[in-house]
Amino acid sequence: MPVLRLLRRNLVVIAGLLTLAYMILPNVVVMVFSFNRPEGRFNYAWQEFSLDAWKDPCGVADLCGSLSLSLRIAVWATVGATVLGTMTAFALVRYRFRARGAINSLIFLPMAMPEVVMAASLLTLFLNMGAELGFWTVLIAHIMFCLSFVVTAVKARVMSMDPRLEEAARDLYAGPVQTFVRVTLPIAAPGIAAGALLAFALSFDDFIITNFNAGSTVTFPMFVWGSAQRGTPVQINVIGTAMFVIAVAVVLAGQFIANRRKSNAGK
Amino acid sequence: MSVTDAPPAPPVKAVIRKPSTRRRLVPYWLLLPGILWLLVFFALPMVYQASTSVQTGSLEKGFEVTWHFRTYWDALADYYPQFVRSLLYAGTATLLCLLLGYPLAYLIAFKAGRWRNLVLVLVVAPFFTSFLIRTLAWKTILADGGAVVDVLHTLHVLDVTAWLGWTENNRVLATPMAVVCGLTYNFLPFMILPLYTSLERIDGRLHEAAGDLYATPATTFRKVTLPLSMPGVVSGTLLTFIPASGDYVNAELLGSTDTKMVGSVIQSQFLRVLDYPTAAALSFILMAVVLLLVTVYIRRSGTEDLV
Repeated sequence: MPVLRLLRRNLVVIAGLLTLAYMILPNVVVMVFSFNRPEGRFNYAWQEFSLDAWKDPCGVADLCGSLSLSLRIAVWATVGATVLGTMTAFALVRYRFRARGAINSLIFLPMAMPEVVMAASLLTLFLNMGAELGFWTVLIAHIMFCLSFVVTAVKARVMSMDPRLEEAARDLYAGPVQTFVRVTLPIAAPGIAAGALLAFALSFDDFIITNFNAGSTVTFPMFVWGSAQRGTPVQINVIGTAMFVIAVAVVLAGQFIANRRKSNAGK
Repeated sequence: MSVTDAPPAPPVKAVIRKPSTRRRLVPYWLLLPGILWLLVFFALPMVYQASTSVQTGSLEKGFEVTWHFRTYWDALADYYPQFVRSLLYAGTATLLCLLLGYPLAYLIAFKAGRWRNLVLVLVVAPFFTSFLIRTLAWKTILADGGAVVDVLHTLHVLDVTAWLGWTENNRVLATPMAVVCGLTYNFLPFMILPLYTSLERIDGRLHEAAGDLYATPATTFRKVTLPLSMPGVVSGTLLTFIPASGDYVNAELLGSTDTKMVGSVIQSQFLRVLDYPTAAALSFILMAVVLLLVTVYIRRSGTEDLV
C-alpha cells in the first residue's frame, strides 16, 4: 500500500512533528482560552467567545503589579549575573589559577542541583541571618542561579576566540583597554548576549526558588500559582499569549533581517 | 673594530619586565565577585542547611544543634514513598523525553532543510509563556470528559493504564499519568536542544558512507548516529532528570495527594509546617541521591569531560 510505505519512509518526520505538536498544544490552549468567558472562578472549560479580558488586561487586582515586579527583578538579575558571569568567564579562560577544579565545580554545581534544594538551603541562610524576605532576597537568589549559566555561555564563546586577533591589535599599537573594547568585547558579544537572554528568561519564569525566598512579595509566576488555588482569571491567558506573540515576532523579525543581510551580502 | 668586540646586547630579560603586582592580581579581581557570590549564596547555605538538619527544638523556643541524626531516619521512614515516586516519575519522564525528543532533534538536524530555523523557534517558543500558565493548560487538555480522555477511553487505553496503576476511574487528571505527562512536557526542550547540538555536528557523509557499505538505515542509526550523539543524550538526560526529580509544580497542579513528590514535602515542611530540621534533612537526602546518581551516570557513560 502506497500510504503505508509513505508512512514508513517518513516515520522520523512524523514522530518529530507529533512531538512538536505536543509541545505547542498548551500554547494554543492558552491562546484560545484567552478569548473565553468562563463560568465560575476557573478558566478550564470553554463557555463562549469574549474579548473582555483583552480589553482589560490589568483588570484583576495585583496581576500587573506582579508582572512589573517580575520584569524589574529579571532586568536587575540579568545585569548582575551578566556582569559577574562575564568577568568570571574571562578570568577562567584567560588565566591559570590554583584551585581551578574547585572553582569549576562551584560554577557547575548550581546547574546540577534540584532547584528545591538550593531554594531550601538559601532560605535557611536568610532565616539564620534574620534577613527580611522580599525583593532583595529574590534578587540575590536569581543572580546566584543565573550566574553559572552566563559563565558557561560566555566561556564557550571566549574559548573559541582566535587569540591572534588580539595579538594583531596589540601589534598595531592598541593599548590593553583599546584592544579589549574594540576587539575582545565585540567578538565575545554574542556569548554575552546569549548568557544575558538566558538569565532574563530563567529569572522571569522562576517559581520554586522565588516561592521559598520571596516572603509576602508576589512575582508573576507566584501570582499564577496562587490563582491556581483561588481561581484563574482569563487575564493570565491574555498575558501569556501576548508574551508568546511578542517574543515569536521579535525572533522571526530577527531571522528575517539576518536572512536579508545574508542574501544582500551574497550579491 | 671587529664585530665580536661590540658590546653585548642588553639581556632580553630587562625588556620584558616582570608584570607588576597590580597586573598579576587582575585575574583574581575578575574572579572574586562571582565566586564570592556563589560561595556566600550557594555554598554557605548548604552548610547552614546541614547544620539545620541536625538541630532540634521548636519555632517558639528556637532551634539548637544537637547532632540529632535521627531526623534523617525519621524523614526517610515518613516520606520514602514520595522519594521513590519522585525518582520514578522523573526517570519515566526522562525516558519519555528521550523517546519523544530524539525524532524531533533528528528531524531538525537532518530533515528540516530550509525549515530548520522555524522548527527551532517553535521548540523554544513555548518558553516565552510562563511555564505555570502552560502547565495549567494541561488541566484543560486532560479534563474529564475532554477530547483526549474520550479518545483514550474509546480506544481502551485507559483500561490498560488503569491496570498498570497509572490512571484510575477513567480519568487522567489527578493521576500519576498526568504528572508524568506534565513533567515530560515541561522538560522536553532541555532534552531536545543538547540532542540537536550533538546531532548537528555529525558529518552527513558518514551516513552516506554507511549506506555505501550496505548498512541498512537501522544499522546506520545504531552504529553511527546513536554513538556519535551520546554526549547529547547524556547532557539531555541530566538536564531533564535533575530538575524533574525536585519539581513539585506538576505534582501539585496536575496530580492529587497520592502523587505528591518529595519537592512538595520539602516545600510544605519549610513554608507551612515550619519543621525546618525535617525539611533540611529531606532536601539534603534529595541532593545526595541526585548527585550520586549523576556521578555514577557520568562515569558509566564515559563523558567526564562534560563537567
